[in-house]
Amino acid sequence: MITIDVDMDKCQHYGQCVFEAPDIFKLNDNDKLEFVATADDSRRSDVESAVDVCPMQAISIVE
Amino acid sequence: MSKSVVIVGASMGGLRAAEALRNNGFDGQIAVIGEEVHAPYNRPPLSKEVLAKEVTHEAVAFKLRAQVEDVIWNLGDPATSVDLEKQVVTTASGKTFEYDGLVIASGLRPRVLDLPNGKVSGRHTVRTLDDAIGLRAALVPGAQVVVAGAGFIGCEVAATARGLGCAVTNVAIDSYPMIRPLGELLAAELQRRHESKGVNFRLQRGIKDLTGTDSLSGVILDDGDFLEATVLVEAISSHCNVEWLANTNLDISNGVLTDSALRAVTTEGQSVDGVYVVGDLARFANPLFDDEARRIEHWNIPTETGKRVGAALSAYLAEADHFAELAAQTFTPLPTFWSDQYEMKIQGFGMPGLADRYELVDGELSDELVMAYFRNDVLIGVVGIGMTAEVMKYRKQLLGT
Repeated sequence: MITIDVDMDKCQHYGQCVFEAPDIFKLNDNDKLEFVATADDSRRSDVESAVDVCPMQAISIVE
Repeated sequence: MSKSVVIVGASMGGLRAAEALRNNGFDGQIAVIGEEVHAPYNRPPLSKEVLAKEVTHEAVAFKLRAQVEDVIWNLGDPATSVDLEKQVVTTASGKTFEYDGLVIASGLRPRVLDLPNGKVSGRHTVRTLDDAIGLRAALVPGAQVVVAGAGFIGCEVAATARGLGCAVTNVAIDSYPMIRPLGELLAAELQRRHESKGVNFRLQRGIKDLTGTDSLSGVILDDGDFLEATVLVEAISSHCNVEWLANTNLDISNGVLTDSALRAVTTEGQSVDGVYVVGDLARFANPLFDDEARRIEHWNIPTETGKRVGAALSAYLAEADHFAELAAQTFTPLPTFWSDQYEMKIQGFGMPGLADRYELVDGELSDELVMAYFRNDVLIGVVGIGMTAEVMKYRKQLLGT
C-alpha cells in the first residue's frame, strides 16, 4: 500500500490531481478537494503524476 | 560503455526530464547543469503566498525521487557553450560534460528596463528564489511600490504587495491589465477589482527614467509624470537563455524551434538527433490549435515536455524499435495556468489569447464567472474565476473528450 498526504495549507483546490487519479482525488460539491489516504501499490504511477501536476506541490507520497 | 545525458537547466523541466529518462529505463549517467545554486524548486508560489510569508528553499523545493538520486548536479555554474559535433557542453567554470543525449532546459530570465539612471538600488524582478527573498524584504508596510508590467506576475505581485500594506502603482503599456490572454471585458473587470483593493494603474505608459542617487526615490513616466517609489518591480517580459547555443546552427530566433518529438531543429529545418528541448524555450506546433510553432510560458509545459523528452530520448539512446513511432506521435499538451490575486482563484486552459471572440458563459462578470474563448467559432480557451466544476466542463471540450 502507498500512503498519500495532501498539505491542506498549500492546496488551492485546483483539481489537477483529479484528472490523473480520479479514484483517489475528487472535488466535492463545494469545489473542495477530498482524497483517499491509502491506495494499492499499482496506483503509484498515477499518484506520482498527480503529485507532478499540482501547481502548489501540495501532494506527497509518504515513504 | 553506457551512454550519458546532459540536461542544461536545473529547473522543474530539467528535473522532470531526468525522472522520465529513468522511468523509461535509461540507466546511464545524467548530469544536470544549472545557473542557480539551488536544486529545482517550484516557481508559482514565489509571486504569491511565499512572497507574503517567509521565503525558504525548503518551502518550494521539489522532493527528489529515488530514481534521480544518482543524478550529478552541477549547480551555480551555468553552461556557456556547446559543441554539437563533438557532443560536449562547457560551463562558466571551465568544466566540460560529454553527452550522447542533450536536453536544453535553460529557460528564461526577466527582461529589465534599460534606463539612464538605472544603477540605483531598489529594483527587483520575480523569477528566482533569490529574487523573491530580495523582494520579500523590500515589501514592508508603507513602502511605495511601482510594478512595471500588468501581466499575471505583475498583477500577482501588486495584489501581494497590497496585502502587505504597501502603496502600489502598476505601470504598463497595455490598455488593461492581463488583456492579452483575457480580452478586454474580463481585463477591465479585473482592473476594477484591483482598484477596489487600492492599486493605482498608469496604463498605456512606459517608464522613462528613475530618480535617486544611491537608492530609488521615484519613477518618471514617458508622459513626464513622476511617481514617488522606493521599490520598482520589473515584470515586463523575458529573454530566452539561449546565448550558450549561439555557436550552433539551431534555430534560436525565439526560444529553440523543435519538431513534434521536441528535437531541436536547425535554421535549415533539420531535426538534430539526440538534442531535445524542454519547458519555456521549446517552440513547437500544437495540433490542438494549429500548425504554428509557439513557445508556451505556462506552468504545466515543463512537466509535459519533460515527460515526452524523457520517453523519446531514452528510446533513441537505447536504439529501441519504438523510437520512430514515439517520435511520430502528435504532441498536444493543453496549456494550463493559474493565478491567485486577493481572494480570486483564476484558472485557464487552452490559448485564450488567440481568440477572435469571447463570451461570458456562466456566473456574473462582477463575481465568480466562466469566460469561453473562440477562434472561427471553435472553442480554443476557457478562463474561470472560481467555478472550478463549470470550468472543467469546458476543459473537457477543449481536449475533445
